[in-house]
Amino acid sequence: MPNNYDDIIEKLDNNQLWDFPGGVFPAERKTLSNQTPIGKLPIPERLFVTVKQHIGVEGHLIVEVGQKVLKGQALTKSMNPFAVPIHAPTSGEVAAIQKHVSAHPSGLPEMTVEIISDQQDKWIQLNPLIDYQSQPKIKVLAAICDAGISGMGGAGFPTHIKSSPKKDVDFLIINGIECEPYITSDDRLMREHAWQIRQGIDVLCHLLKPKQVLIGIENNKPEAIEAMQVACRENPNYRICSVPTKYPAGGEKQLIQVLTNREVPAKGLPMDVGIIMHNVGTCFAISDAVFSGKPLISRVVTVTGEAVEKPSNLWALIGSPVAHLLAHSDYNPKLQKQPNVIMGGPMMGFNVINDKVPVIKTTNCILAPTDTEISSNNEQACIRCSACADACPVSLLPQQLFWHSKAKELDKAQDYNLFDCIECGACAYVCPSEIPLVHYYRIAKSEIRVEQEEKQKSDKARERFEKREARLIAEQHARDEKHRLAAEARKQAMESKGNNAKDKIAAALARAKAKKQAVNIEEETSVSKADLANDVIEAAAPNETTEASATQPTTKVASSNQRVQAAIARAKAKKAAAEAATSNVEVEVPSEVEVEVEVEVEKNNDKVSESIKTETQSKNQSVNAKEPAPHAAKPEPLKPESASSESVSEVTATKTATIAASKKARIAAAVAKAKAKREAQKAAETEQTSKEAPLAEVEDPKTDSSQEPVKTQEQQIDMKKRKIAAAVAKAKAKKAAEKADKSS
Amino acid sequence: MSLGFAILTALLAIGLLALIFGSILGFAAVKFKVESDPLVEQIDHILPQTQCGQCGYPGCKPYAQAIADGDEINKCPPGGDATIKKLADLMGVEAKSLDSAHGTEDVKKVAFIREDECIGCTKCIQACPVDAILGAAKQMHTVITDECTGCDLCVDPCPVDCIDMLPVKDSASSWRWDINTIPIKQVG
Amino acid sequence: MKFRLASSPHQHIRRDTGQVMRLVILAMIPGVLLQTWFFGWGTVIQIGLAVVTAVVTEAAILELRKRDFERALKDYSAVLTAMLLAVSIPPFAPWWVVVIGTFFAICIVKQLYGGLGFNVFNPAMAAYVMLLVSFPVQMTQWLPPVNLAQYSHNFMDALQAVFTGFSVEGFSLAQLKTGIDGVTMATPLDTVKTSLSQGFTYSETIERPIFDSVIPGLGVASSWISLGYLIGGLYLLKQKVINWHIPTSMLAALFICALIMSLVDSDLYPSSIFHLFNGSIIIGAFFIATDPVSASTTNKGRIIFGAAIGIWVYLIREWGGYPDAIAFAVLIMNMAVPLIDYYTRPRTYGHTSTKRKTKNKAQS
Ligand code: SF4
Ligand code: SF4
Ligand code: SF4
Ligand code: SF4
Repeated sequence: MPNNYDDIIEKLDNNQLWDFPGGVFPAERKTLSNQTPIGKLPIPERLFVTVKQHIGVEGHLIVEVGQKVLKGQALTKSMNPFAVPIHAPTSGEVAAIQKHVSAHPSGLPEMTVEIISDQQDKWIQLNPLIDYQSQPKIKVLAAICDAGISGMGGAGFPTHIKSSPKKDVDFLIINGIECEPYITSDDRLMREHAWQIRQGIDVLCHLLKPKQVLIGIENNKPEAIEAMQVACRENPNYRICSVPTKYPAGGEKQLIQVLTNREVPAKGLPMDVGIIMHNVGTCFAISDAVFSGKPLISRVVTVTGEAVEKPSNLWALIGSPVAHLLAHSDYNPKLQKQPNVIMGGPMMGFNVINDKVPVIKTTNCILAPTDTEISSNNEQACIRCSACADACPVSLLPQQLFWHSKAKELDKAQDYNLFDCIECGACAYVCPSEIPLVHYYRIAKSEIRVEQEEKQKSDKARERFEKREARLIAEQHARDEKHRLAAEARKQAMESKGNNAKDKIAAALARAKAKKQAVNIEEETSVSKADLANDVIEAAAPNETTEASATQPTTKVASSNQRVQAAIARAKAKKAAAEAATSNVEVEVPSEVEVEVEVEVEKNNDKVSESIKTETQSKNQSVNAKEPAPHAAKPEPLKPESASSESVSEVTATKTATIAASKKARIAAAVAKAKAKREAQKAAETEQTSKEAPLAEVEDPKTDSSQEPVKTQEQQIDMKKRKIAAAVAKAKAKKAAEKADKSS
Repeated sequence: MSLGFAILTALLAIGLLALIFGSILGFAAVKFKVESDPLVEQIDHILPQTQCGQCGYPGCKPYAQAIADGDEINKCPPGGDATIKKLADLMGVEAKSLDSAHGTEDVKKVAFIREDECIGCTKCIQACPVDAILGAAKQMHTVITDECTGCDLCVDPCPVDCIDMLPVKDSASSWRWDINTIPIKQVG
Repeated sequence: MKFRLASSPHQHIRRDTGQVMRLVILAMIPGVLLQTWFFGWGTVIQIGLAVVTAVVTEAAILELRKRDFERALKDYSAVLTAMLLAVSIPPFAPWWVVVIGTFFAICIVKQLYGGLGFNVFNPAMAAYVMLLVSFPVQMTQWLPPVNLAQYSHNFMDALQAVFTGFSVEGFSLAQLKTGIDGVTMATPLDTVKTSLSQGFTYSETIERPIFDSVIPGLGVASSWISLGYLIGGLYLLKQKVINWHIPTSMLAALFICALIMSLVDSDLYPSSIFHLFNGSIIIGAFFIATDPVSASTTNKGRIIFGAAIGIWVYLIREWGGYPDAIAFAVLIMNMAVPLIDYYTRPRTYGHTSTKRKTKNKAQS
């Protein structure tokens, strides 16, 4: 490493710092809010605590709606190291656990615990860890984790993870830069609570054992520098560095560069160059957690901008809606053409979607600017002046990135290191053509991410598809093999017919073997067993006479099949009803048709429900295997001619395998249903061409007649039979409904 | 003598030049050689792998083959214009708009089985080209959302129509910064 | 109540493209004034003609392209282009020369390439070269500086000359071009070039009246005018409208080339100072080569771009067919900009080299 520790210290001893390229100098406007001490806020009536407020995984909720919670009580917990719990910011009752607008630029609703405050603010029992120095590190880390502390400056990285590095730490850098205009929450915190921040640093030092602590504060905050100097006087190892004011000096990478001239490698972490950085707010929260056991439930928020009449810093409970803070600061929306509230600073903050967005752990500022304070969008063509490149702190070429992002040449944009952009906004700030450059980068970045995900998905899909293809082919081979074996066995049996008993036994054995093999193969290939009756038929047909025993189990499952069919029937009925309902709503046909349809559907419903009833009654009845055949045949005359003819042939097929009757009946039902469906569709289509006939069609007498006999037979009829009928009836209903629909 | 010398020089010079350029070309050919997959593979990698068959082929790979053999590039609705553009780039032809005879580009969807209605018939399992449905005979089935390509092929075979195609929800991480399309109802 | 939604940053520096262009125009004023002082009202008339043509052309084309022309006109880029072209044209060149030139610059070079920001070539210089090639006679009829001219001329003369080719008193352009010594005047560069080719030495040449200034070797008019543009250029530098890279490297390259050659043979090769302050080097370095659209955009690239222009200027001046070479040099380097930009990308923070990532890596 070119910048070894001693060189850095020597340079720091001489009060020299490095610089980062680029940077801009926006108007600071910090005096708006940093003149008064941090104020207190009344407890809001309702608090919205977002479950996931940090980078990582969300914890599991451990509270329920209606539960009373105390201030500081954990609301989530998780064993995952990347999970950070959230806590009740005040005592009260959990009113709801549901999605609520989030503190995210998209405002997409996220899981949120809504707490109604009881205004008593009663703390839960706190367990401070005052003698942390004598405690094992893991316990201190656990305390920090349990207090729900995640980085309070930037992205919200879980603090306990950042505090348990695997390597030696040269520098612990405490970030008190606060380079964004307007924001003064860290400034005020340092001025008023320097002591506590130092305690937090002490704890971090205990955990990290850094060689040196650098506390970086921009030189536009002399009071904060002084306060910190006083607080850190006794620790020679703590060095306060007054950093020249330049945006974005507070960026993690930039501050590291300024203080140590080291560069975090692309896609790396500061730890890779022996540096850990924490924000002053995080230090304060750590000291709160360790010395008083208080979890992170409130933070300093700057409420500022010229559209609020009393800009100041406030202690806000996590989960307070933005509206609460604004109301307290006398927000005057009349000063804005359109309500405009920014969470964060003017350079990197985002517009909140409405004022119900809650404060989260990373919310450092709420900015309500007047229209003159912010830029209007007045994008013009890029004149390639490269003012943006001169301003970029990471030496990118924003104009090229812009060009490629806009043209959606995403891989070219990546070539220009799009992902090294820290979205600081310096480029867009200086662009004379007022191009919202960062917005283009964000879109490009998210598109690249989505594209990569899709790519991964499609690769996976391809792989799965190909595997499946291979498997299907293997199955096909297996089946062919099975047939071949069976055929051979039969041939053998034929040949050996008339031979002595021994041969017969041998033949039977061979058959059994073939069968077994077939079954094995089938199992091996792991196709869903119910590769439908096709397979069963295939397997059964050649061995019809000899293999009766194999099909016996099916009789046993017959009753469960019935249940299945009942389910189908139910579903059908439901669908029919639903369809009828829609047709009722949408159809604007003559009222007779409507009535007709309704009546019909009702009838169907009656019938089906009856069939279900009888079925439940007969569930325990043993099934007469012989019955289905004649009954299955019976529906023939009852069905509409087109649908029936085909289904009948199917149904008659069931006769050949009487033992597997119930199964076959099910197939028949399915087929009949399919036929009916297709028929209905066809009919509906033809209907389109001949619009004159809707009434006649709907009043189709056959539909009615088909129902009467079914009803009369109901007492003795077998279940499957009814199912078929039900399917047919359902198809009718559907057809009718569809017709009605189309004719409208 | 001088004439012969001149000819000799000329020949030598030309020969030398030829040698130099030849070696440069040869070097460039080796150095800048583009490793490329066979065309079909490349096309297949562009296609969305939904395997829905809307293109009229039994999957993306067959369609990739067909494109390589000269079929139109605008038959894949799930891929939409983005895919067509990439195919056009690859094939060096004009990008055209999606052939609506094969369907239209739709929002991304995944299948969802209403599990209490599922009868465990396994028909959807057989239909699914990427084995994204989990279940056994007479057991409740479920879709592995992450694997589902949204091809729609499982919907029709279901005898009880308990499979819905639900649009994939936007999440904060997949959000594409389309600020202007944040729906008003969320805003209000 | 709908909240405003915008992407960060929400703040913006108060300097837009129009302001940048206006600053550049402002910075040209000292040079233009001096040019008018030395060459009479012709310059002003040319500028007026060019600006009107440019604005009309731009508005018409934007209207045709269905763009918001009002907003585009406010960026003043067309005005700037027009001014740069106008000051490069001989003050008494016929009116149609500047009109054609400006139209060409705005319509062909700029708008047909996609408008501001998309043009590959510097519009003013492209137009200048087009004019020089198409109308060599009209484009080389420079007048003698006022104090050296045999016949003086006023605003009306200039106006008439531009539109009719004759001054009010009926002097023809050729007459107006006559210097006090009765010889037709040429620019210092021309003079040196012709006399060198006639066998005079450089030191003999600069004895002539046109070089009658404090510093030997400098044309009176052109050195003063250069000084004017230099002031404007420094102002632009101070205002951070332009970066130091291009002017510095360009002037330095030209200086060094000239120095080396004049050390080799001071009789044949004019001195560095002569090169820097004659012709349109200064305005070229500060106003033309720095045109953001067509110049290189990386710092390293700008240095290369500037230096290459300097070298080209020297090459063309000494061995090429044209006495002044800014336009050609700039156009040549405009073509090289994409290449320069590509190979001079700055090292991004956290990357060990500027090397292009391979494609596979970018995808992984
Ligand atoms: S600052 Fe704006 S106009 Fe200038 S090069 Fe960058 S993007 Fe283009
Ligand atoms: S937003 Fe990105 S490109 Fe723009 S200045 Fe910041 S780091 Fe550079
Ligand atoms: S239409 Fe479907 S099967 Fe055909 S290429 Fe597209 S995704 Fe693949
Ligand atoms: S689950 Fe359905 S929609 Fe999803 S991939 Fe499988 S068949 Fe297609």
